[in-house]
Amino acid sequence: MTKHGIALLTLTIIAIAAWAYNVNYNTKNALQRVSTLRAEIAEEREILRVLRVEWAYLNAPDRLAALVAKHNEALRLIPMTPEHFGMVAAIPYPPNSAKEFERTNVFVNIHPRVEGQGGVPLPPARPRVSPTGWIRQ
Amino acid sequence: MTDMANHTRKAQAAASRGEARLYLLMAVFCVCYLAVGVRMGLLSASDPVEPTLARGSEAGRPVRGDIVDRHGSLLAANLPGWSLYAHPREMKDPLLVADSLATIFPSMDRDELLKKLTGKRRFVWIKRPVSPREKQAVHDLGFPGLHFGNREIRIYPAGRTVSHVVGGVKAEREDVRFAEFIGSGGVEKFFDDRLRDPAMANEPLRLSLDLPVQQAMREAVAAGMKRFTAKGASAVLMRAKTGEILSLVSLPDFDPNEKPQNFRGAADRNPRFNRAAQGRYELGSTFKVLTAAMALETRVANAATLIKTPPALKYGRHNIRDIHRMPLQMPLEDIIVKSSNVGSARLAMMVGTRRFKDFLKRMGFFEPSGLELSEAAHAKPLLPYRWTDLSSMTISFGHGLAASPIHMAGAYATLANGGKRVKPTLVAGDHPSGKRVFSEDTSRQMLDMMRQVVVRGTATRTDLPGYDIGGKTGTAEKVRPGGGYYSDRVISTFAGVFPTADPEYVLIVSLDEPTDRSGRKPVRSAGRTAVPVAANIIRRIAPVLGLRPVPQVLEEGPETIGARLE
Repeated sequence: MTKHGIALLTLTIIAIAAWAYNVNYNTKNALQRVSTLRAEIAEEREILRVLRVEWAYLNAPDRLAALVAKHNEALRLIPMTPEHFGMVAAIPYPPNSAKEFERTNVFVNIHPRVEGQGGVPLPPARPRVSPTGWIRQ
Repeated sequence: MTDMANHTRKAQAAASRGEARLYLLMAVFCVCYLAVGVRMGLLSASDPVEPTLARGSEAGRPVRGDIVDRHGSLLAANLPGWSLYAHPREMKDPLLVADSLATIFPSMDRDELLKKLTGKRRFVWIKRPVSPREKQAVHDLGFPGLHFGNREIRIYPAGRTVSHVVGGVKAEREDVRFAEFIGSGGVEKFFDDRLRDPAMANEPLRLSLDLPVQQAMREAVAAGMKRFTAKGASAVLMRAKTGEILSLVSLPDFDPNEKPQNFRGAADRNPRFNRAAQGRYELGSTFKVLTAAMALETRVANAATLIKTPPALKYGRHNIRDIHRMPLQMPLEDIIVKSSNVGSARLAMMVGTRRFKDFLKRMGFFEPSGLELSEAAHAKPLLPYRWTDLSSMTISFGHGLAASPIHMAGAYATLANGGKRVKPTLVAGDHPSGKRVFSEDTSRQMLDMMRQVVVRGTATRTDLPGYDIGGKTGTAEKVRPGGGYYSDRVISTFAGVFPTADPEYVLIVSLDEPTDRSGRKPVRSAGRTAVPVAANIIRRIAPVLGLRPVPQVLEEGPETIGARLE
């Protein structure tokens, strides 16, 4: 009985020791992994920071303005001006005739230079931009 | 009997021993649970550790927070970078090293490098900061004795556009592990402690600036400065209700990413001089609006009161004159619309010097503007040494008191905000209005008068259809250093509010020595210089701000169209 007891106890101790050994190393591995991950996160953060700055730099308004000016041939972009705003109410229904249009259209597009053909005003023409950036009126 | 007594005693002893064991067991369990509990509590209360890079010791590394605009666009940030240093004693062939480094860094002198590397010192800085490409090139050399240190680089992605607001930094303490920056100007200097606070490092400083608006405004001001060959220009756009500055332009400007160069020459030509916040100018007739507001507020006159405007007003030895011939008497409104110096001086006298000073004080003209820029803290308006009645008379039309355009923006915003004091600020957020300076009624009447200036007065060139702009021009002759005034050098200013029906924005545009040479004679008046620039600015920024023009019904409507169609 005592013999069996001792044997059982020994086995138990060995099992526990093995378990403890395992846990110990698992823990160490886990800690190692944690520090690796932390380093990785820190690195990713740093990359993120760099990318954020790069994004801001690439989108800096004066850089974009320079690019737009450079590719003006293809893009033909101009600064937004008040004339680009319109109101649905300012658009007339298609008139039956030019005369009717003249009679009914009280609202005039805010753009003072509206001209049209067949009674329908054309959208305002693109203002020409001189090299200094002044909009010729 | 004794036997029994003995037995009972034994039983008692056993019982008490058992009890003691029980208590012991309980105590052990309690200690165990307590330990587990305390550990759990500690774990839950502790902060998660911030992941750090394995380079050097991170603990003592200085931080500097980011700066962003009101929409979160980066205005200033840190980039990881490197510095290059050398231990000359570890080197085998300093001559070869100096040669190779001179080819990698063209800005460096070979002989100077050689002198550094062959000197007695054990440690020499070679270059700070180093870009990644240069770092790789030095690595490829593979010479011993060359080392890299960590060094953050402060970078301003928006560059020149925001130069006068952000200011700049300089390296204070440098080490092979880090470099510590301190602000050297602008917001960077004003908020230095806040930006260096490790507790706030992850929270960017949010400014009230609007980057796209700033860009559009800078472009428009630069174009205007070029067109009128001005020496310098400044423009401020402020939200009338909160005092938040959406855009602050001062030209010439500088690139904050570059090292500041020593500037030799007149202070007002220095690109680092902030004309909007630091410069103090006599802002001319823009003051008349404030004088008229005081007259309305103190009820010495109303908009229709007739004021005598003789060709010259005598005061002691001095004569106050108008630039053009004016009618002999005009309603108060016309004094603003036609910009009469004599009428304005009379109004100041009706208000009285004591009250006149008091109003200016309440609008902030007696102290620095309080704007969050290091330069603005020293810009206290220049007041007359002895404030006489004559001072009040000249200040009523903007001569004798020099203030920054920011001060003016604050005063106009106060008028536009229903009369409640507005303090200029660069920090985004809601800023409550201050004490009441003018009544709502005065504010309303002044806005209507400013609108009239644009409709039929000196600022007609800024009348953009649909934007309901109001404002006042000011042309002030510059002070000659020896005394007196220049006749051909002016500061031309437009101070405006839009839309006047419900003011949202205040705009101050100021040009230094502009000349309009498009006509036969050179013209310098603000109506021909600052006003068209202001109009162009509003044309550019209003769509960026999302302001739609209010559609207008033309009086002659259909006929015009009909005539054009034929």
